[in-house]
Amino acid sequence: MSPILVGIKRVIDYSVRVRVKPDGSGVVTDGVKMSINPFDEIALEEALRIRERNLAGEVIAVSIGPAEAQQQLRTALAMGADRALLVQVEAAVDPLTAAQVLLKLVQKHAPQLVILGKQAIDDDNGQTGQMLAALWDRPQATYASKLELDGIVARVTREVDAGLDTIEIDLPAVVTTDLRLNEPRYIKLPDIMKAKKKPLEVVTLAELGVAVPGERIRTLKFESPPQRSRGVMVKDASELVAALAQRGVL
Amino acid sequence: MNRALIIAEHFDGKLNASTAKCVSCARAIGEVEIDIAVLGADPAAVAAEAAALAGVRRVLTVTRPENSEALAAVWAPQLAVLARDYTHLFGPSTTFGKDLMPRVAALLGVGQISDVMGVDSAYQFRRPVYASNAIITVQAPAGSIVVATVRVASFQPAAGGGHAAIEPAQAQATLPTHTRFISRSAAHSDRPDLQTAARVVSGGRALASAENFKLMYQLADAMGAAVGASRAAVDAGYAANELQVGQTGKIIAPELYMALGISGAIQHLTGIKDARTIVAINKDSEAPIFEVADIGLVGDLFTIVPELEKLIRARKA
Repeated sequence: MSPILVGIKRVIDYSVRVRVKPDGSGVVTDGVKMSINPFDEIALEEALRIRERNLAGEVIAVSIGPAEAQQQLRTALAMGADRALLVQVEAAVDPLTAAQVLLKLVQKHAPQLVILGKQAIDDDNGQTGQMLAALWDRPQATYASKLELDGIVARVTREVDAGLDTIEIDLPAVVTTDLRLNEPRYIKLPDIMKAKKKPLEVVTLAELGVAVPGERIRTLKFESPPQRSRGVMVKDASELVAALAQRGVL
Repeated sequence: MNRALIIAEHFDGKLNASTAKCVSCARAIGEVEIDIAVLGADPAAVAAEAAALAGVRRVLTVTRPENSEALAAVWAPQLAVLARDYTHLFGPSTTFGKDLMPRVAALLGVGQISDVMGVDSAYQFRRPVYASNAIITVQAPAGSIVVATVRVASFQPAAGGGHAAIEPAQAQATLPTHTRFISRSAAHSDRPDLQTAARVVSGGRALASAENFKLMYQLADAMGAAVGASRAAVDAGYAANELQVGQTGKIIAPELYMALGISGAIQHLTGIKDARTIVAINKDSEAPIFEVADIGLVGDLFTIVPELEKLIRARKA
């Protein structure tokens, strides 16, 4: 059976209050907790559930990032991925390059599905899945909250601004996950031990035949957003209504 | 001279307000001619609405039965053809635009800028990252087309009163059949649209049930407000997913945002930072929502909200 490819990005943990460096060159990462992008955990969980229903072969976890991203891939293996692949890069790659890398892996592994998070919570771009689908010339089902496989097609419910859309896509295809697709499982201690023995391969962009592009979209500087300040407290509903009326917002 | 193409978002034969926001963003890049592309099975009515937006030169209609639903895989190849004549391609940072624009950018072989919140020049933009905990300034290469999504909460809609020419356009492209629209379940409501409403009443986990969440609708109706929800309330099933406000839901900028029983996780605050006035009602006086609220009230929702509704109805009567 065809495998499922899952993207795993190493990002600053969602609970960390991110701060901009004083020189505007980036955000503070020293001593900051790093984790799997939460949407990618959901992607992995969905892939595992599909495999557990015997509807897919191996689940391959792929990360594009620094050597330290091996930590997140080990976590993915502990969750249940069969093997992991790190495409090691020193500087962060843009979504189009990430899509080109994933396309190479798709050509090599011929998965039935590539499941990615709908966005990474660091750069908040939300582009890689759609770009991969374009380069691969295959369907995309973004913002998935339900995924049903039926032979060579999948039926996907998507969370959109108007409500819920359902589309049918031919496989292979790219699916990106929204929050309510599933709840990722917790990792148990024996799984961590088992994960140490699972294969984790490291390759470079050059080995994959992907050229490192010049920066397509160049980041010039980081700034802290303007802060809102604490306002006034009122005692009860009638004081609140008076305060709202005074501001002319009722 | 810059030439910008905006992809119109429309639904049920009506132009979405996000399109007028994209026009304002496009006008901010400097000297520019602005066209709007309307794809659809029968785009005439939407095209007429788009033609009335001030500052638009032409509205291009691409009429094909396959365009009846906005499937990114179907629309992207057509837009990639239309985009050849332009220096800039803008779409809204709504689920429609976020789904479509990266696919177009990849077909054009260029990067994409997500969530433009400010324009410094035709090739320099500001956008939020890390759930709006940082704002970055980015520069696109001047030699290739700029493809970007526009954070609709950051721009005022373009005014009406325009008289753009409406012209049919050919976008010769082979369209895939691998992606098929099946159905849509949308909550039809007479309330204002959450994304563009002037007032929003939003409920959180403290509502504790879908039944109690109805309090939000009652208060919203008294105020003529839209209803929103925190992720916690949506995850718990108290409110529908399309009501979610925050980093991964809708980013909104109403005149008045009422956060009721919402603690104020950073991911939620991301969605409301641009609101003019934020009101927080919460029984926990330590809740982080109070750090950003213009008006705060510590107390029990279940007594305060009905009182509030009564007082507001009395004022209006």
